[in-house]
Amino acid sequence: MSFLSHLISGISLGSIYAIIALGYTMVYGIAKMLNFAHGDVIMVGAYACFFMVSRYEIPAVVGVLSAVVICTLLGIIIERLAYKPLRSATSLAVLITAIGISYFLQNAAQLLWTSNPKVFNSLMGDGSVKLFDGRLSISVTAIVTIVVCVIIMLALTWFTGRTKMGKAMRACSEDKGAAQLMGINVNFTISMTFAIGSALAAIAGVLLCSAYPILTPTTGSMPGIKAFTAAVFGGIGSIPGALLGGVLLGIIEIFGKAYISTQLSDAIVFVVLIVVLLVKPTGLLGKQVQEKV
Amino acid sequence: MKKFLLFLLTAAMLLAMTACNGDSSTGATATPAAGGQTSAGGSIKIGGTGPLTGGAAIYGQAARNGAQIAVDEINALGGIQFELQYQDDEHDAEKAVNAYNTLKDWGMQISLGSVTSTPCVATSVENNADRIFALTPSASAVAVTEGKNNVFQMCFADPNQGTASAQYINDQKLGTKIAVIYKNDDVYSSGIYETFSSKAAELGLDVVSTTTFTEDSQQDFSVQLADAKNNGADLIFLPMYYTPASLIFQQAKSMDYSPKYFGVDGMDGILTLEGFNAELAEGVMLLTPFNADSTDTRTVNFVAKYNDAFSEVPNQFAADGYDCIYAIYAAVKAGNITSAMSASEMCEILVKQFTTTSFNGLTGDNVTWGANGQVSKSPKGMIIENGAYVGMD
Amino acid sequence: MRKLQKSTRESIFTYAIVIVAFLATQGLMLSGNISSALTGQLVPICAYVVMAVSLNLTVGVLGELSLGHASFMSVGAFSGVTACISLANVIPSDPIRLVVGMVIGAICAGAAGFLIGIPVLRLNGDYLAIVTLAFGEIIKNLITCLSVGVDSRGLHFSFLTSSSMLNLEEGGTVIINGPMGIAGIPKLSTFTAGFILVVVTLFIVMNLVKSRAGRAIMALRDNRIAAESVGIPVTKYKLMAFVTSAALAGAAGALYAMNFSTIVATKFNFSTSILILVYVVLGGLGNIWGTVIAATVLTILPEMLRGFNDYRMLLYAIVLIIVMLATNNSRLKLIPAWLKKTLGSKTGKESISNE
Repeated sequence: MSFLSHLISGISLGSIYAIIALGYTMVYGIAKMLNFAHGDVIMVGAYACFFMVSRYEIPAVVGVLSAVVICTLLGIIIERLAYKPLRSATSLAVLITAIGISYFLQNAAQLLWTSNPKVFNSLMGDGSVKLFDGRLSISVTAIVTIVVCVIIMLALTWFTGRTKMGKAMRACSEDKGAAQLMGINVNFTISMTFAIGSALAAIAGVLLCSAYPILTPTTGSMPGIKAFTAAVFGGIGSIPGALLGGVLLGIIEIFGKAYISTQLSDAIVFVVLIVVLLVKPTGLLGKQVQEKV
Repeated sequence: MKKFLLFLLTAAMLLAMTACNGDSSTGATATPAAGGQTSAGGSIKIGGTGPLTGGAAIYGQAARNGAQIAVDEINALGGIQFELQYQDDEHDAEKAVNAYNTLKDWGMQISLGSVTSTPCVATSVENNADRIFALTPSASAVAVTEGKNNVFQMCFADPNQGTASAQYINDQKLGTKIAVIYKNDDVYSSGIYETFSSKAAELGLDVVSTTTFTEDSQQDFSVQLADAKNNGADLIFLPMYYTPASLIFQQAKSMDYSPKYFGVDGMDGILTLEGFNAELAEGVMLLTPFNADSTDTRTVNFVAKYNDAFSEVPNQFAADGYDCIYAIYAAVKAGNITSAMSASEMCEILVKQFTTTSFNGLTGDNVTWGANGQVSKSPKGMIIENGAYVGMD
Repeated sequence: MRKLQKSTRESIFTYAIVIVAFLATQGLMLSGNISSALTGQLVPICAYVVMAVSLNLTVGVLGELSLGHASFMSVGAFSGVTACISLANVIPSDPIRLVVGMVIGAICAGAAGFLIGIPVLRLNGDYLAIVTLAFGEIIKNLITCLSVGVDSRGLHFSFLTSSSMLNLEEGGTVIINGPMGIAGIPKLSTFTAGFILVVVTLFIVMNLVKSRAGRAIMALRDNRIAAESVGIPVTKYKLMAFVTSAALAGAAGALYAMNFSTIVATKFNFSTSILILVYVVLGGLGNIWGTVIAATVLTILPEMLRGFNDYRMLLYAIVLIIVMLATNNSRLKLIPAWLKKTLGSKTGKESISNE
């Protein structure tokens, strides 16, 4: 029974990683950049929702929607001001700029909302579903997170596979020059990708803080790095891969703590990651790229 | 492009160099030799470093704010005047030494050390070498004061807290089977745990589960709590700050596990957490020197002033900062220190004062200091009932 | 000067920058015209310069992104300090002990680089980056769980248990105390030692780059398949660059640690790795003197911003973003042309065709 309950904790934790990883992988897949500021956009989303719901007592649904709108706008502004001018620069230059944005958001959040932690009361309540005479319990938040995660994954898969915009995104990810020649507005497509990624970040922020209700200006940074790891684990750029990688990472983390050592849990996660990458160098579901001379 | 870069960087470097020299020329006139600073303005310059930005900013800002209130109060009395400057150390030893040196250039005469432990270990060595007296509000590691006769602590040293907690749990028969959850990569938390575990072994306490977490994994505690629950622990000892503790309470409740909790001074502040459901902390016991709900006039006055100035309820760090300034004030008065003295002259007088007199403050009455710099004051056993602290004894 | 090769001119220029900066600072120190704030930063600056130059070898010259360079610094710091403390009675001379510490730090970090390099260098691009990040986290976690003590019988290690389990004799000292790291480090590092390490690092890196091996490494960066097909052994040269880079980082770690009385494993985390990467990217990939200047300026910059109090780190972030935009924006390359371009045609197409 304890195995099952650990498995459930692992999946709940993993689904949080997965939902953040979806945003990472989306941006990476199309813009080919590691957006290290993603974790901090999550933090902004969580704060936005916190202020709407806890301070101004706006209904939860409206709170989440406005967090999505705020993050989308923030994502578009960041992209416009900081990433767009660097479209033709090396990927490292963009990486460093993203880190600069991340510092900026963290420090701005600290100045605006102080470093005092805030408790984010779960929008889903703190109920849980009991199984086997109460020996096993799954919190409603975890169920909602997993469901939302699967829905987003399916929606993104449909979006990139079926819609015109999604196809344009995939074309940009394959070959920007060729996409341009086929009449695709590459700049606009990449901006759209950031907007979608940031909207996902807002949802991830709300879910992250519903599950682990402490909100500080650095809330997003560590889950961001873990989610980045999850995205690579599943094969960065692959949408189902992000979900799989996130959930597996959560399960490994919990099992490592439960059955090996709580002191070494961080190391265990990363050792597994290295082993997986050595066996499958592009992650679990990553595309094997044909090398060209 | 490279030319432009070269130009930009060289310009920046030149600017940095000239600016540094600008600093130093003013600094140099005021500092003929380390420890020889004098202040012309008539006020005594007190400096401290603490994390004002980054993840630990809450502690540094609280200590600074608390100290600032005390300085304002003292200056309003007329008489001895203080000037306080806090520099950001980002909770990092290297930045703390930089911050300390900046304060030295400013002409610091008395130091408040650093707010957090690791930075304070680094700055206290400098304090000792420069013979600038230091009284740290809250850096509780033993290494802070070890081997330095001019560095003092306002808070309990970690081993004292660990030992006192084990003793208290044993004396009051608070639990039969005890679980411990501590933060493995944190000096404060693991320092308390180590002495707790050796004292617990000595007293024959039954510790059935010991688990850890780190900075990188302080969100999910299901495994740690399941381990405690499966081993039948009825008391969980939590040597940590209140932020992770609030998650532990919440997660334990969601798995229908309701042991007793015993915390240390880092737990103080949990009731002021914005949005926190105080029911979760019902029955939590803690050893803390400060209680913001206390009704004695000094505390009420301090809490009101702090709330006015910063719109927050002060935590233990703020109270420690406040007490530091008053302890220094008392020693400065008793030792007839004037702002014209050099830092090293002040240092000798203050060391003598601190080791011989006692002090009454927000965080304890009849506080005394040993020659090793560690404080001796009695921790108050508190229990949270109906969302407020109640004394246990 | 004209007759010299471009690369030779660049090396002379690099050495000149460092030596002039050293002499100028020494002059200031002798005449007493230097603030304590700057004096205190001299050794860290040297350590960061070495870190940045060595990382430039991996990122700029070898062309592989590493997000875990601080972990080599960590290995070097902890092993170097352990060596220095345990050899206190054997080698009485401080400078020699510092050198021994740095060499041991370099050897240990080099060994760590070798161990991680063999499997990892088979990966490419961002996958290699994430593995170096993972490695950094693993090292941080392992050192947090490690205790080391020394007594007359030699060194004692314990893992996952507290330092009281070391079974030290009377009079033995605990060196690494698990999560509490090392406290009470003797302050052996000096600015002169730092300067010498910087010069040694520059000598090693610049000669490596100019050598036959260096050309092979750069060939691997520019086109691995082509380089492989003309018979360049990929693993050998990749490892050579990676291990050299790790060893230099280890020496820098030992230098850094012995300037502060305490170090903890959590200091050498992802943020520190990123910080050093920022120096490299800002200084220019493969550009050694640029890296030296960038590391120096960016180490001093946050200290210069102290006057802004709580807004300090916010300004640092803004400066970082602006500098990245200014140095990498194709549209700012020539401002008049940029003006013409923005007034004339849409710029979007331009930037794509630039790729």
